[in-house]
Amino acid sequence: MAHGHKSDEKVVFVGDSRVKKNNHPNIPPDYTSFPGKSEAFIPNFLLKEWMVGCVVLVGFLVWTIAEPAPLGYPADPTNAAFIPMPDWYFLFLYQFLKYPYVSQDYIVLGTMGVPGVMFGGLLLAPFLDTGKERRFYRRPIASSLMILSLIATVYLTVISWDHYQHQLEITNTIPEHHIREEKAREAAAKGEEAPSTTKKPETAAVAIVEADDPAHKLMEQSKCLTCHAADMKGNPPQIPALRGIGDVLSKEEIVATVTNGNGNMPAFKDSLSAEQIDQIATWLSKQKAAAE
Amino acid sequence: MFKSVYNWIDERLDITPLWRDVADHEVPEHVNPAHHFSAFVYCFGGLTFFITVIQILSGMFLTMYYVPDILNAYASVDYLNHKVAFGGIVRGMHHFGASLVIVMMFLHTLRVFFTGSYKAPREMNWVVGMLIFFIMLGLGFTGYLLPWDNKAYFATKVGVQIAESVPYIGPYIGQFLYGGDIVGAQTLTRFFAIHVFFLPGALLAMLAAHFLMIRKQGISGPL
Ligand code: HEC
Ligand code: HEM
Repeated sequence: MAHGHKSDEKVVFVGDSRVKKNNHPNIPPDYTSFPGKSEAFIPNFLLKEWMVGCVVLVGFLVWTIAEPAPLGYPADPTNAAFIPMPDWYFLFLYQFLKYPYVSQDYIVLGTMGVPGVMFGGLLLAPFLDTGKERRFYRRPIASSLMILSLIATVYLTVISWDHYQHQLEITNTIPEHHIREEKAREAAAKGEEAPSTTKKPETAAVAIVEADDPAHKLMEQSKCLTCHAADMKGNPPQIPALRGIGDVLSKEEIVATVTNGNGNMPAFKDSLSAEQIDQIATWLSKQKAAAE
Repeated sequence: MFKSVYNWIDERLDITPLWRDVADHEVPEHVNPAHHFSAFVYCFGGLTFFITVIQILSGMFLTMYYVPDILNAYASVDYLNHKVAFGGIVRGMHHFGASLVIVMMFLHTLRVFFTGSYKAPREMNWVVGMLIFFIMLGLGFTGYLLPWDNKAYFATKVGVQIAESVPYIGPYIGQFLYGGDIVGAQTLTRFFAIHVFFLPGALLAMLAAHFLMIRKQGISGPL
């Protein structure tokens, strides 16, 4: 206790309270007699800490101004094409659970076994590593276990991230917050308001024309509908609806889009024959809101 | 002026011993970067605390606009991020701070591990530290859902599905987190409550224990 009082002194209280009256001047204790170059935390060290804190804070502010926090499009539970991705510090676990022997039949090992042992070991480290020695190079077992786990964690995280990048590439996906930022930038360049992300274009009113046409089936088989949705409403604004597409595009334009792709829309010239593409395009060009 | 106000209060409440006990202590040479530059590793605990304070403050400002229901959550975040003056900075601080706090906590844990500071008599403080670690991961997981965009939705879905695969209790964990059978309205309100009330409450209690123990035992000695 920083305040002490002599036991033979008569205790005087402040008013009728139980606070003892003290006459000790409020002088911080002096640490200079401690071994080594000790320093008082208050105020000497704290002041320096605050200065470092200010520099960190300014750096952090600059970062948040330079790099806006990402935001994608509103959650859509029916969006089957979205690639799920946890925040980066969970990636190592996420990746780990993809390996055989810790997934599917062995999932218990993956969710409970290995992480249980690892985190349990970490939690109980002081009771497992009870030696007196503190220097890490004199504790080969503890230190090497930790270094190995570190390497494994970093490795899993990097692999998981690479895997995600690769998935984005093969599915031709641009992360939503990038699309969104890009669209907002384009709109700003044109001096318009950023496009609304909370209202989806209304497509429900347009019906599918001649739904029993064989081209419909063919589109399902060619995986068009995994992106454009089984009900052909797409997932605007990233993936356009194909209902009513005949009002927007001519048959020739549709053939061109399907054959050569366009942006995130893959080219189908290798996987579909010209006749098949023609068949699909013919049917799609009949998709007009006015028809019935 | 400040001094006489302080003395006036101190006379009535005897506050000096309260803060002296907590805040007035020595900073030994071996943890002071001014004397040994390599001692900067001892700063990570303090930096973690600093970022935690930023998280709490920015989070408090976020709740001024955030609406925890599935129709408005996304729109409120969108509005805050793009329309409210300085809203982007507040959200940015909370978003990137969440990553930064994990990094700092990680470095702090490594410092404590490699300097063997978890050894007797500091075992309990290490265990409390690990509990803080788990609370932090929980905050990250529950906070991730709140913007209610696709990334949030599907990451949470996968996360809860993983939790559900735990034998016996898995389905109950799933029920508890979902508040139903899918990621939906109940999940969002639940995650909001956990993220904003339950876990920060637990975190503050654990931090108090952490700091009391450090204060009581002092920092571990030089190697
Ligand atoms: C990987 C997902 C994916 C697949 C598979 C896919 N599309 Fe697309 N499609 C898109 C995207 C994304 C666009 C929007 C391209 C753009 O404008 O940048 C698009 C655009 C289109 C358009 C132009 C629509 C417009 O309003 O501009 C047509 C027509 C089309 N797709 C038809 C098809 C057909 C037919 C198939 C199957 C043979 C198919 N798509 C398969 C993603 C896909
Ligand atoms: C919000 C998270 C945390 C905060 C704010 C925090 C803060 C601090 C601070 C300020 C110190 C003083 C020494 C230093 O700065 O290095 C400290 C010491 C300590 N921390 Fe933490 N800490 C956190 C998480 C953890 C975690 C995750 C662990 C490990 C499991 C841990 C274990 C310890 C131990 C054992 C000490 C005593 C070390 C010694 O005496 O040398 N802490 N903590």
